[in-house]
Amino acid sequence: MAIDEGAILKSELRWAMVVGGIVLVILSAILFAALSMHINPPSNREFADPKTLHTSDEFTEANLGTRVEPDGKVVARIIATQFNFVPDCIVVPAGRDVTLRFTTPDVIHGILVAGTNVNTMIVPGYVAQVHTRFTRTGDLMMPCHEYCGLGHSQMIATVRVVPPGAFRPAADGRIACGERRPA
Amino acid sequence: MASPAERAVGTLGASRLILAHAWVAFAAFTIACLLGVWQMLARSPLDAPAHSASNYFRSVTLHGVSMAFVLTTFFIMAFGYFVAETALKRPVPGKGWAWAAFWMGIAGTLMTALAIASGNASVLYTFYPPLTATVWFYIGLVLVVVGSWIWCAIMIAAMRQWKAANPGQPVPLAMFATVANAIMWLWTTAGVAAELLFQMIPAALGLNGMVDVGLSRTLFSWTLHAIVYFWLFPSYIAFYTMAPRAAGGRLYSDTMGRIAFILFLLYSLPVGLHHLFMDPEHSNGFKFLQMFLTALVSIPTLLTVFTITASFEIAGRMRGGSGLFGWIRSLPWDRPMVLATGLAFLMLFWGGGGGLINMSYGMNAMVHNTSWVTAHFHLIFGGTVVIMYFAIAYAMWPRLTGRAFASARPLLLQLWLWFVGMMVMTLPWHWTGLQGQWRRVAAFDYSNPLVASWGPWVIVSLLGGVVLAVSALLFVANLAANHRSDAALGTVDVPYAEAVHPPARLPSSLNGFGLWNGLVALLMALAYGYPIAQFFIDPPPEAVVHRLH
Ligand code: HEM
Ligand SMILES: [Cu+2]
Ligand SMILES: [Cu+2]
Repeated sequence: MAIDEGAILKSELRWAMVVGGIVLVILSAILFAALSMHINPPSNREFADPKTLHTSDEFTEANLGTRVEPDGKVVARIIATQFNFVPDCIVVPAGRDVTLRFTTPDVIHGILVAGTNVNTMIVPGYVAQVHTRFTRTGDLMMPCHEYCGLGHSQMIATVRVVPPGAFRPAADGRIACGERRPA
Repeated sequence: MASPAERAVGTLGASRLILAHAWVAFAAFTIACLLGVWQMLARSPLDAPAHSASNYFRSVTLHGVSMAFVLTTFFIMAFGYFVAETALKRPVPGKGWAWAAFWMGIAGTLMTALAIASGNASVLYTFYPPLTATVWFYIGLVLVVVGSWIWCAIMIAAMRQWKAANPGQPVPLAMFATVANAIMWLWTTAGVAAELLFQMIPAALGLNGMVDVGLSRTLFSWTLHAIVYFWLFPSYIAFYTMAPRAAGGRLYSDTMGRIAFILFLLYSLPVGLHHLFMDPEHSNGFKFLQMFLTALVSIPTLLTVFTITASFEIAGRMRGGSGLFGWIRSLPWDRPMVLATGLAFLMLFWGGGGGLINMSYGMNAMVHNTSWVTAHFHLIFGGTVVIMYFAIAYAMWPRLTGRAFASARPLLLQLWLWFVGMMVMTLPWHWTGLQGQWRRVAAFDYSNPLVASWGPWVIVSLLGGVVLAVSALLFVANLAANHRSDAALGTVDVPYAEAVHPPARLPSSLNGFGLWNGLVALLMALAYGYPIAQFFIDPPPEAVVHRLH
């Protein structure tokens, strides 16, 4: 086999440059999406003590579910437990920015909303937060997607995306699936 | 000519050692494949026998641990001893230690298997603090890992001794790569070892009731990516040092091989945070940094694809193939190593493409913890890597038993079945994953319309799983038949590929690892220094330990 050693080296270097180029293009696309379109993973790093969730203010039972905050932001707070979401159904408006905040008093859970890019782990000790905007109306499935024990497979919540006109929170800003909660 | 009885004793000094390790690996593999098919049935709309959540997670734990820890560790040790003896052409040093490591691994494997089978360790192979299994589960795994550390020491010692006896000579590429893997493994296991020793085992013993879950996930991520490269190394060693020769050609560039293995050592470690993109305990900056380093790990793979393709082209042209693609047709596809390499590349193409999407930081949200991920790693690890394990076994066995395979046909059939099964199983998983099918589910509720629409795809993937199981059984039958084959083996020499231009002398940086160890340390400090330190600087609230039993 008579291939010149220099020719081999040259071809390898040329290919290495092509490979480097491909990787650079991919990285630039990701960087561009991150900086200009804010496509980032959920990373807000905020603590929540699993032992005192029920007694601290934000995630006490009365505070859970969807609420329009005084500043007009739509925020849904949900606790993931073995093996239930509380609440297990939330209402959100289509076409509007929504913030989902999760935490857990027990083990690791995770959620995704089927058919969307909403996805986060729920790690005890932390608040997991996702900003999104739902475009399709209807009931979407929000399963627990991380093994959390034997009941993991049954742990599913519903995200009810309603048209903006049908999103009518009560005077205190709250809105729930089914019956209105007592104020 | 030697009598069959003489030949059956084995022809390499370390035959028994290698066969013992490899048979343990493949026994675990076969059991795990059968469990895998049952899991597929359980997730499908069809009825599965003995179906319950507790059986499902017990099965997935056993399947994952067998495939990820037992098959791999024992096979890699077997292959390492094989390379040390055949590439260096010297006896494996420290055989007593090697056997001690083997029995340690067996004890650990049995302990772990019993813990899982008894239902006290359904925490999957990735562990789930603050979920806590029985302590025997963790201790068993520690024993397997400690056994593998002894193997690492033996590999390093074997290379040292050879270098001392052959001063200034380039270490054969197969051994250079094996030692790269051993060194990487020592680095890799540090993360999970810390998690086990300081968090999981004390928790399992009831010594502490609280655990910092962010820290444990971070330590596990340290191990989680590099461990995959530990599994992958034998396949790449076969690509570089066995496939070109099997194809009848030469290795295009020995130097490129060394550089690829060094890049794997460097870049497979500081990238583990990419498994935690969707986790709340790390901020965007470090996630981005590790995503950047992850992108660099694709470089050695793409270099390998080029070098091996070029080597195959040489072989094809030497066999008379011509034109732009004519050389592909003239390659000897009826040789298991050549066929396996070709099929491995096809699976690597699909799995690698999926991996680029997983890597993409923001896009990861689309696929994280869906069947897409299961599809990705079954293709890369169960597909590309394991099909090369088969080819390596087919290359090793005759040298271990002194008997040739009676016919290559059942071997080729087995490889084809594995490839077809893998594609049929994983392509539907990718599709349902994109639609949000989440993973690690004991049973899907097919009365839900969305889930029901996945039903047909799940059944197709089940068929792929059945084909895989048939292939696995045929694989074991092929190896077993070799032990009784009458066909004598002409030579025990292992056909490692020569490079087109074999290196005469090498700079010490391409013939040893001192420099590279320093660089790994630096990269790890950069990538993991602060992400780990933050748990001590600003400790998050801990979680209450949840015992399974
Ligand atoms: C007959 C062949 C196989 C079948 C039918 C099969 C099937 C499965 C199934 C159904 C799962 C559970 C997925 C879930 O619950 O989300 C699984 C998990 C897993 N498989 Fe396989 N598999 C096979 C071969 C392999 C091979 C060859 C490997 C690696 C060498 C492998 C490694 C794993 C691992 C590590 C897990 C655990 C994943 C997790 O914890 O999420 N499998 N497999
Ligand atoms: Cu859960
Ligand atoms: Cu779960």
